[in-house]
Amino acid sequence: MTAATAQDAPQERNGTARPGSRAEAIRIDNLHKSFGDLEVLKGVSLTAHEGDVVSIIGGSGSGKSTTLRCINFLETPTSGKIVIGGEEVQMRADGTPASRRQIEHIRQRLGMVFQSFNLWSHKTVMENLIEVPVHVLKVPKAEAIARAEKLLARVGLSDKADVYPAFMSGGQQQRAAIARALAIEPRAMLFDEPTSALDPELVGEVLGVIRDLAAEGRTMLMVTHEMKFAREVSDHVIYLYNGRVEEEGPPEQLFGDPKSDRLKQFLRTVG
Amino acid sequence: MNWLLGLFEPGHALGLLALDPPGWGGPLLEGLLHTLEVAAGAYIVGTLLGVLGAFGKLYGGPLVKDIAAIYTTAVRAIPELIEILILYYLVPDMVNKVLLSLGRDRIDLPPMLVGTIVLGFVLGAYMTEVLRGAILAVPHGQIEAGRAYGMTPLQIAWRITLPQMLANALPGMANLWLNLTKDTALLAVIGFNELTETSLQAGGTTKAFMLFFTAAGVLYMLISVLSGRLFALAERRARRGQPSLRGGGV
Ligand SMILES: Nc1ncnc2c1ncn2[C@@H]1O[C@H](COP(=O)(O)OP(=O)(O)OP(=O)(O)O)[C@@H](O)[C@H]1O
Ligand SMILES: [Mg+2]
Repeated sequence: MTAATAQDAPQERNGTARPGSRAEAIRIDNLHKSFGDLEVLKGVSLTAHEGDVVSIIGGSGSGKSTTLRCINFLETPTSGKIVIGGEEVQMRADGTPASRRQIEHIRQRLGMVFQSFNLWSHKTVMENLIEVPVHVLKVPKAEAIARAEKLLARVGLSDKADVYPAFMSGGQQQRAAIARALAIEPRAMLFDEPTSALDPELVGEVLGVIRDLAAEGRTMLMVTHEMKFAREVSDHVIYLYNGRVEEEGPPEQLFGDPKSDRLKQFLRTVG
Repeated sequence: MNWLLGLFEPGHALGLLALDPPGWGGPLLEGLLHTLEVAAGAYIVGTLLGVLGAFGKLYGGPLVKDIAAIYTTAVRAIPELIEILILYYLVPDMVNKVLLSLGRDRIDLPPMLVGTIVLGFVLGAYMTEVLRGAILAVPHGQIEAGRAYGMTPLQIAWRITLPQMLANALPGMANLWLNLTKDTALLAVIGFNELTETSLQAGGTTKAFMLFFTAAGVLYMLISVLSGRLFALAERRARRGQPSLRGGGV
């Protein structure tokens, strides 16, 4: 499997041409991961340049979430190389990170959005948004609050600052979770199926927020089952099959003219 | 009001409860104070041990897990009265061994201190189990969110796990507190002058056993009712953010 290299040609997105030689925000090389005897990732490589939206698609169990979770070490890779913003993660021979400090530092720059939101339920929306800025990144509280208010306005939740997550709809919770990710001013955002826990009528409001983020040039790595959406917002799409990158490329190519039979089959089944 | 005060005049049966000698009201209140002091101290000791035990059982290495398992199993298997008697002689002995090995003199440990340590040690085993269950009930995704955002394990424990588990733990913790306030009575066997021991003495001296046991019972009940209120308040605060089951409709 080759590393992602499809960035040589300028990409068209939202009518803006993008230069080809942008810095790498996230790169993983030959990533392997086993759970016990089960080898889940069998040498995955991918690159997301600054400002790119990279989508990962694939069938259930193909290793999409595991790939994403290895990037910020929520899972410990078995082997491989991970480079975040030019900084290579120091790993021991068994894949465990050599320095917890480095991992924490890297995590502080990656805004993760989970399928099941995972907002802290004993904190209000505002408290959720300022938790990491204030207590981890040591931003002055007043500044963090001012920033959080702007973010809440962006995701349309200005009136929910003092509400506890359990009192909001799934769509509102996920928008708050996206605002929480934005509050750390992340270098890149990681989305793991951000809409698949939502009722169908709530999907649109969350995709709308993500679409805006894509349009403003955020670096995003997104696992998704929303093929139409992936085609619309992505610069690059990666199809995982059974722990390997089966095919990748710009969305028009991957969705419009798939080469691999497995991808063709996959696209037929997901519609 | 006068008829009420009259009941406590010397000569009247209730006069035995008067605050000034020959009434036993003063010593009884002092016994109550000792009971509360020893219970509060033991509760703090037990809660600290419980936090250590619970995190040790869940996240500790093999050795820590084994130690925690032996601690909770043994303490909970043996009757508390036996434990109190054993530890009552063991704890001062061990403290003095340490002191002697440091080249210091032996000391006599005040019964209050020994009682606090002993009851706290026993309580810690039960607290470990209450807290362990409460930690397990914290949604894993919220802990994972803390990790994903670069919080340290200590920050996660302090800012996410502990406040969340509190809501789950408080009912069990309230139970342990109520049991503890009553278990302080066991310290009467080692001659600690808490509420029960004091009422025994008062009864023995005046032969008005019924009166003093009833008085002690009422005082224990007051502790229970009032502290139950406090725990209920604390639980309500800890459950902020959780929709109440009442009014949920379903
Ligand atoms: N903690 C774990 N322990 C053991 N096996 C696991 C663990 N996490 C994931 N797996 C296994 O690894 C494989 C890949 O899982 P992963 O969650 O990455 O798939 P996915 O592509 O995200 O699938 P889905 O679309 O269903 O979310 C699956 O077979 C899964 O059962
Ligand atoms: Mg998944």
